[in-house]
Amino acid sequence: MSTHRATQDGSSSSQLTQRLRPLAAPLLAVLGALVLGALLMLVTGHDPLAAYRAMFEGALGGRKLANLMATLARATPIVGMGLAITIALRGGYLNLGGEGQLVLGGLTSALVALYLPLPGWLLLPVSLVGGAVAGAAWALLATGLDRVFRVPLLIGTLLLNYPARYLASYLVNHPLRDVASGMSQTHRVPEGVELAYLVPGTRLHVGALMVLALVLVATWVVRRTRVGYELRMTGLNPDFARYGGINTVRLGFGTMAISGSIAGLVGAMEVLGTHHRFIDNALTAPLYAWTGLMAALLAGSSPLGVLAAGLFFAAVHTGGFGMERGAQVPRELSRVLQALMILLIAARSRLLTPTHRDAPAEKASSS
Amino acid sequence: MNELANLFDAALLSSTMRFATPLLLAALGGLICERAGIFNIALEGLMLTGAFAAVAGSYYAGVLGGVGAAVVAGAALAALYAGFVVGLRSDEIVVGIALNLLASGLTVFLLRALFGVKGAFQDPRIEGLGSVRLPLIEAIPIVGPLLSGHSWLVYAALMLVAIVWVVLFHHPLGLRLRGVGEQPDAAATLGVNTRRVQAAALIVSGMLCGLAGAQLSLGSVTLFVEGMSAGRGWIAVVAVLLGRAHPVGVAVACLVFGFTDSLGFRLQGRDIPSQLTEMLPYVVTLIGLAIINSRRAQQKGLQP
Repeated sequence: MSTHRATQDGSSSSQLTQRLRPLAAPLLAVLGALVLGALLMLVTGHDPLAAYRAMFEGALGGRKLANLMATLARATPIVGMGLAITIALRGGYLNLGGEGQLVLGGLTSALVALYLPLPGWLLLPVSLVGGAVAGAAWALLATGLDRVFRVPLLIGTLLLNYPARYLASYLVNHPLRDVASGMSQTHRVPEGVELAYLVPGTRLHVGALMVLALVLVATWVVRRTRVGYELRMTGLNPDFARYGGINTVRLGFGTMAISGSIAGLVGAMEVLGTHHRFIDNALTAPLYAWTGLMAALLAGSSPLGVLAAGLFFAAVHTGGFGMERGAQVPRELSRVLQALMILLIAARSRLLTPTHRDAPAEKASSS
Repeated sequence: MNELANLFDAALLSSTMRFATPLLLAALGGLICERAGIFNIALEGLMLTGAFAAVAGSYYAGVLGGVGAAVVAGAALAALYAGFVVGLRSDEIVVGIALNLLASGLTVFLLRALFGVKGAFQDPRIEGLGSVRLPLIEAIPIVGPLLSGHSWLVYAALMLVAIVWVVLFHHPLGLRLRGVGEQPDAAATLGVNTRRVQAAALIVSGMLCGLAGAQLSLGSVTLFVEGMSAGRGWIAVVAVLLGRAHPVGVAVACLVFGFTDSLGFRLQGRDIPSQLTEMLPYVVTLIGLAIINSRRAQQKGLQP
């Protein structure tokens, strides 16, 4: 869209600034966060320069680019979750339930792989689809609560994370636990129901390509298709969209179903590609869902932007490990840096339309 | 029957108060913001920050230092919130989410940077809030165990319900606050500095969330656990919605949530896996919100 406008109205130099402008705010936010992080390190008695150097090396370096591979492997679920949130955000739907959708998707795919009596070649796709369906169902539950019972989507999606997490935790601690392993986890999925590794000796699996494909498809859908247009119109002004003949109820359910199914699929990919079983807390502890949400907020609801932001946050995460090894700075600093970036980017954010945003507050104060 | 009586005994009521208090303090903060026209969704992060500051303060400077640190930390983070939302007119939802994430990252980082521990921090030097026994009331059945033997923050929370109610409806300050929330233009015309009122509301809510955090980490236990607010700030947000930002309604909602919390805790002692009982408050919260919001929508004559 923006390239069209630029070629029509502007000279080549203004075309360049036009294309670079969306990058200015995220870059400033990153820079600001690094400065604040450096101050925090000085206060707590660490050397910021050494820490950032170790972080850079830890994110991208290593023998045979091992750290870069780790970053790419970590980026897979983060970009996937970011994409799930972004799709919904474009229509003005704030899906804070990514975590629950991710967990139930991963759990379902493991259970399908373990207990469904299907031939091996069929089990892998069915298991992935099962994960996507579970994620979609959980997102649709929150959407239904919003549409039918007027529980604000923001609240409904968020609160549903907890039952999902506890349910999965219960199942792998009690009825479905692999007791012999001594851990809170299911049995290992059968051989052949695993996603292959892309690079031997790393954790980078085929899921990375699937996420990349999803990003490209999403980019095409939001830019070039009718549904993409309707989604953007609804995100900008739902009343106007409804007036213009868009079925916003169907669009809302559809969008949330897609969003939830991507989240569920990400869970399935991590289970089948990385852990090969469902392990309690393995999908929640690395904060994939929340980092994905941050990537979506940083990228401002563009799928390609989410790809960039997700890769960047994954680098910050793996860099955090390097920082801890190389400069003795607790790796949790990477979480602080990320939150600071979002805070700084939020300073100018107009991501949600007023109508969506005011809905919960209005319900509370009107009598 | 006997089984039921065992389940619903005095101790259950007593722990209801303990569980409800952090929710109540945070929800009162949310209520004040709501009345000033700000949807504060950082209650979770503010409470977590308060819980950490309380433990850190208590470790270095005793229990009063802990409570003081919690209040100051909550106020500081809320002032940051106000700077963005009121000063720069940023999106309060996005900033709120960012602050929640900042609080969860920062507390974990500081836990390691200051105390060198991961996960949980427990130390004999951390002084708890202790408990207050009410001499006469203590002897009354049912009411006694419900009211006596809590930390003083529990009583402070109950008093704050009354104070917020009086200030909100019977004091010029409350009138100004509600004016800013309901008719900002009219309030501004009458000479009220709406931005200052909103910033003040946010900072006061930060202080209340700080107290909520202190009750969480110094009330019945004396330790800090990573992410120990565990969604309670979000339940407080729901309590504000359910109670229609009225102190009494909000208090009732918090007591109900506190009761389900303590019931879940009790059921754990009866061979029901903790993962299932811990689900209870969130499920009850969602069902309660669904029932009440859909009924309100019907009353307003809206088609759901």
